[in-house]
Amino acid sequence: MSTTNPQSDAQPDGGSPRVRWSRRPADGTPAAAARARRRSKHRRRVVNVAGLMAALVLTGALYSALSPAYATNEGSGSESAAEAAGRELYERSCISCHGENLEGVPTRGPSLVGVGEAAVYFQVHTGRMPLVRQEADAPDKPAVFSDEEIDQLMAYVQANGGGPTLPSGDLRDGDLAQGGELFRLNCASCHNFVGQGGALSSGKAAPSLEGSSALEIYTAMLTGPENMPVFGDNQLTPDEKRAIINYVQTIDNQADPGGAGVGRMGPVAEGLVIWVVGIGVLLFGIFWMGSKA
Amino acid sequence: MARTATAPGVPTTLLGKAALEVDDRLIVAGPLRRTLNKVFPDHWSFLLGEIALYAFVVLLLSGTYLTFFFDASMREVVYEGSYAPLRGVEMSAAYDSALQLSFDVRGGLFMRQIHHWAALLFVAAIVVHLLRIFFTGAFRRPRESNWLIGVVMLVLALLMGVTGYSLPDDLLSGTGLRIISAILLSVPVIGTWAHWAVFNGDFVGENIIGRFYIVHVLLIPAILLALIAVHLLVLVKQKHTQFPGPGRTEHNVVGNRLFPAFAGKATGLFFIVFGVCAALGGLVQINPVWLWGPYNPAQVSSASQPDWYIGFLDGSTRIFPAWDINLPGDYTIPALFWPTVVVAGAMFTVLALYPMIERKLTGDTASHHLLQRPRDVPVRTSLGVMALTFYVWLMIAGGNDVIADKFDISLNAMTWVGRIGVIILPPIAYVLTYRMCLGLQQHDREVLEHGIETGVIRRLPHGEFIEVHQPLGEVDAHGHGQLAYGGAPVPKKMNQVGGARRAIRGFFSPIEEPAQVELEQRREEHGPAAAESSRELTTSGRPQEGGRPQEPRD
Repeated sequence: MSTTNPQSDAQPDGGSPRVRWSRRPADGTPAAAARARRRSKHRRRVVNVAGLMAALVLTGALYSALSPAYATNEGSGSESAAEAAGRELYERSCISCHGENLEGVPTRGPSLVGVGEAAVYFQVHTGRMPLVRQEADAPDKPAVFSDEEIDQLMAYVQANGGGPTLPSGDLRDGDLAQGGELFRLNCASCHNFVGQGGALSSGKAAPSLEGSSALEIYTAMLTGPENMPVFGDNQLTPDEKRAIINYVQTIDNQADPGGAGVGRMGPVAEGLVIWVVGIGVLLFGIFWMGSKA
Repeated sequence: MARTATAPGVPTTLLGKAALEVDDRLIVAGPLRRTLNKVFPDHWSFLLGEIALYAFVVLLLSGTYLTFFFDASMREVVYEGSYAPLRGVEMSAAYDSALQLSFDVRGGLFMRQIHHWAALLFVAAIVVHLLRIFFTGAFRRPRESNWLIGVVMLVLALLMGVTGYSLPDDLLSGTGLRIISAILLSVPVIGTWAHWAVFNGDFVGENIIGRFYIVHVLLIPAILLALIAVHLLVLVKQKHTQFPGPGRTEHNVVGNRLFPAFAGKATGLFFIVFGVCAALGGLVQINPVWLWGPYNPAQVSSASQPDWYIGFLDGSTRIFPAWDINLPGDYTIPALFWPTVVVAGAMFTVLALYPMIERKLTGDTASHHLLQRPRDVPVRTSLGVMALTFYVWLMIAGGNDVIADKFDISLNAMTWVGRIGVIILPPIAYVLTYRMCLGLQQHDREVLEHGIETGVIRRLPHGEFIEVHQPLGEVDAHGHGQLAYGGAPVPKKMNQVGGARRAIRGFFSPIEEPAQVELEQRREEHGPAAAESSRELTTSGRPQEGGRPQEPRD
């Protein structure tokens, strides 16, 4: 039997206390065997603790090596000048709705984590952000920030939230006819076949694409502002996006071969024209020809 | 028959001789003379129907040109024309040829635009003409049949528009076609069969453009032409109505003869209508099919609307609640059935039967050739305005998304404005119109009784101020006019009874010398009328007493 009680170990040989306390009992005595047993137990314990420590350290090291590198140390010296300036702008104009850490504020503004500089470019460049007031839609208006400030905001949000970045190269470099097909399939149901925009529910609206820059259209597709769905690169490849932009801008800049475009609105505007101009002129004509009462 | 050169009345000119030869064989001189002598009233509102007629002529001419190039086929082709943004896109041959017409056929786009504008004008002119007939009571016995023909022509014009709208097979017209298909399907019991019959299968099939084409270019135009002929023949036979006025009775027609006065005016109006269509077709873009793209059932655009004359059905559909009726045994009457088939059916049935309804309600079965002023028939006028309010409100609801977008209004708010308005506005319109009619009637009676307000204020010897009124005729001992209301406009300004002398002639600019007219009128002033008018306005006012009603004194 094995027990950890030294008294019980000593009892079978019935030795004196002196024997019991002697450091070096002769080998082969029961006391020596018990002592050896105790020593190996102690060693085992030390090894266990060391193993555990090693495993923990290893796990920690592996974790820190394999886990995504999350946000660099905020406020540390590693922040660039642009990011710092962007932080300043952010804290002055955006923080009340989008939160201290881009996490968003419930009922006020969405999180900006993951929206990327593309969203910042679209929202701020078209004047949608900063918002004048909370309402159904963020209308576009003259941009509040200068291009330089927009770059700083973009740098700050990109550095702290990550997400899609601005595209590069010729954004109109795509097949025109294919762009038209894609536009009618993906965009026309809200923006109208000619990009005139249209009403959505409850005061929301798809804006007119007239006069939109290529970069604005691209970043809008990439980030899905307001009510617009996100058209990520797996839904519309960068080439397809460029084709759509080519179509939208070609149509926008194209003259109306039929004469005055009357807003390219289709039958509503045409009905107005026939009643006001057509019937109006003809009534004038028959007043002229016929007699009055 | 031996003719001698000396017989009286024998023509001596070459043209005359030729005419005589023709008449010898066809004997047309009599009927032709009667026709050329037919008298047309020359009130401007009688020309509204003519606008529709001339628009129809423009439609026939421009449409014929379009048929030379249009290919009504749903065969799939790849566009290789000159419009770059569509090059290489698969489309139907119909859309392809519509694009060819727009970009590659000389004058094709102009003709397409004239045709479309003339179509919008055609229906608009029919509606305005119909309103004139309705509000003046021109549909009363014996003209109910012509009213009925007119309503049938209006419905045909709408069908004409719908089929024509669908032909180019662009994304907009295809969306319309899908709605037509849905409306057909929504009809209980026969819906599916009707859809299969029209489309020859499921939507969209391969036949519908070809079928609509023949309906659009042959069937309906032929029926319309025949009905126009009948409409005009009945008109000639029954003679024109006319507004009551001096010398106008139930038994005559006052106006200009067909030849030459009326023929000249009609030709002039034809050119005006043609000019307006051409100006719109040349200057204002309509239905730019190249911007819509080819039809693809997977695609749809926001702000897809029908042409204005179908807008009321689009509107009724937009504001109608989604009330599907689910019957046991898997049968459903979709909500779409009510605002389209039922509303349109009820509206046109009531419209067609209105003369009979009114005859029944008023018990008035006499023949009428004199028109009524709308104010004199307040119930009919109010009913008309009520119906018009309903119609216009539905039409506005049909464009509610465009209005919401352009005026920054919530689309949901527009829907509710449409729903509430369509229920409460027509009764309000009825009441307001009724009160206005009564007010106008009373004002007519007041002027007949008390005379025209001259704007001249006179102070009587005891200090009272009165406005001098000009009686329209003889007055009785109390200064009240004796004239009865004759259903004709009552002059209400001194100018209308010559108070400011006559106007200088000329529509755009004076065609006579104002100084000359002045001199002429100075000379005329020595007549008895001039003397009387000066006496009335400058003497003490008795016996007229300024037209002021007086208490009986004895």
